[in-house]
Amino acid sequence: MSEASPAKAYALHLGVIALLFALSFLLPEYYHGLLARIMVLAVFAMGYNMLFGYVGLLSLGHAMFFGAGLYGAGLAVIQLGWNVPAAFAVGLGCGAVLALIIGLLALRTTGVAFMIVTMMFAQVFYLLILYFAVWTGGDQGQVVPQPARVLNFGATSLDLTNPTVRYMSALALFSLVLLVTLATVRSRYGRVLVAIRENEERTKMLGYDTFSNKLIAVVVSGAICAASGAAYALLFGYVGSSFASVQYSILPLLWVLLGGAATTLGPLIGTLFMYYVIDVTSGYTSAYLLIVGVALILLVLFFPKGILGTIRQRWLGWLP
Amino acid sequence: MHFGPHLLLAALEGLVTSAVLALTALGLSLVFGVMRVVNVAHGEFFMLGAVLAWAITTAIGGHPALGFLAALVIAPLIVGAIALIAERLVLRRLNYNPEATIVATIGMLYIIQQLALTFYGPEARPVEPPFNYRILLPWFGYSGYKLSIIAASALLLTATWLVLTRTRIGLIMRATQYDSETAQAFGIAVGRVYGGVFALGAMLAAIAAVLIVPISQAHYLMGQDPLLLSFIVVIIGGLGSLRGTVVAAVLIGLSDGIISMFFSPTLAKIIATLLVAMVLVFRPQGLFGTASR
Repeated sequence: MSEASPAKAYALHLGVIALLFALSFLLPEYYHGLLARIMVLAVFAMGYNMLFGYVGLLSLGHAMFFGAGLYGAGLAVIQLGWNVPAAFAVGLGCGAVLALIIGLLALRTTGVAFMIVTMMFAQVFYLLILYFAVWTGGDQGQVVPQPARVLNFGATSLDLTNPTVRYMSALALFSLVLLVTLATVRSRYGRVLVAIRENEERTKMLGYDTFSNKLIAVVVSGAICAASGAAYALLFGYVGSSFASVQYSILPLLWVLLGGAATTLGPLIGTLFMYYVIDVTSGYTSAYLLIVGVALILLVLFFPKGILGTIRQRWLGWLP
Repeated sequence: MHFGPHLLLAALEGLVTSAVLALTALGLSLVFGVMRVVNVAHGEFFMLGAVLAWAITTAIGGHPALGFLAALVIAPLIVGAIALIAERLVLRRLNYNPEATIVATIGMLYIIQQLALTFYGPEARPVEPPFNYRILLPWFGYSGYKLSIIAASALLLTATWLVLTRTRIGLIMRATQYDSETAQAFGIAVGRVYGGVFALGAMLAAIAAVLIVPISQAHYLMGQDPLLLSFIVVIIGGLGSLRGTVVAAVLIGLSDGIISMFFSPTLAKIIATLLVAMVLVFRPQGLFGTASR
């Protein structure tokens, strides 16, 4: 499949990052802010893709990992007054630990049961946020105060509320996760994951411990989603329970399906495209859930491989 | 009120919940049992039933019983027809692949919900009960209509059970559930059975909604809780087992009624959901089901 050209693949990804960097200076203000948000959410989609695309595990509960990062980072700033790097680490840690626990439980099931179990754990997480409204702010949510969202390096300080700093921070996180994903899926470990997706029994027979490989994938995927959530809280300054609701478990699935599951750039394309469609149609109708629903059905019916998946199948076989 | 009567009231409320829940969950369970499809849009068929009941009773007017009876017949038929169309247009083309159908039914959920919001609006609207009769107990009066819900649900559940076990249609459904390929080899039109079962499942949810709407109002988001509770019931009862579904519905309905009366409803939901997830993890065949496949 993608044996031929590691250089070509890395060149493509670095090109995409360079393009996003250049866009920062070219885009008008509105799209500038929107693209920063899309990059952070694309990280969420990449985390989801790690598990859904490469291991073939369809989770309906990834909002809880995003939520763990969001609330972990947000509450560390709001309730404990911690600084930005520490808060980000807390969010990341919360997500990874939660993913470890959920993985240990949910991976005992397969197929449809896995989807329902992850959905139920996510629902419990969501309800816990509402239940502990005293600290979390419940469904009203909380604003992360602007003075706290500053990154201090000795004498110089970076204000994360400044649009350019925000865009560059989002781009840095996005680039890091993109390259890590690319390296992972090209590594031996990435091939084991794909082998599990294609035929778990056979992989087991070849001597691989499929359970612990899958567990690592769940933790990595959860940690990436949590990183996205933590970045969202710190960059955009809002922490709310809607980000942990079922809808935010469905959206990354939609983005990944649209962009192409098991493609490294698919999540970005899917997120970008979906945001663009909603942005364009919001001029005519507020019924954006209708668009989400129709898109989901059309995708599974006619386009199960997504945009990049189809391109890879037809024309560019080397696409990672 | 003393603790005893309070508990009795909670138990009665719980039984009403159980009655409605058993019907809704039975629909979900039939669809899963026969077709191996998890219908995430099931709660929206429930909501559609309630919204249509409001529309029909308002259109007919006159005595509330007249409109209610009309709704009880017409609303499930419309919902069943919608489900049948969805099944033909989408699910059949996906060859009932479990993962693809879940994604597709999530899509249906959003479409139905959004259309209900657009055409019905965000308000919660009441439907008048067909009769107002209060049964006076020594401690409190209780709505006769609520008791009649329990009776109606019991009747419908028995009827479904009779159809499944005593008729030719039931035999065909059970044969398809047991082994669809062999059933097809014996000349059963499996595709048609699937269509029928999907419509039947949606109709059961719609009937449950029409029964409950006089006491709980019709709202476009009302499908979410029944969906989650039905999942819980179906999982605890064992997927595809009718007896287990009914027992689990009574269990969940009663405990939900009693726990929410004495504790916070959110806490009740958290505990129930967590317990059920654990059941699914550690005992996937359900508490009452026998090991599947």
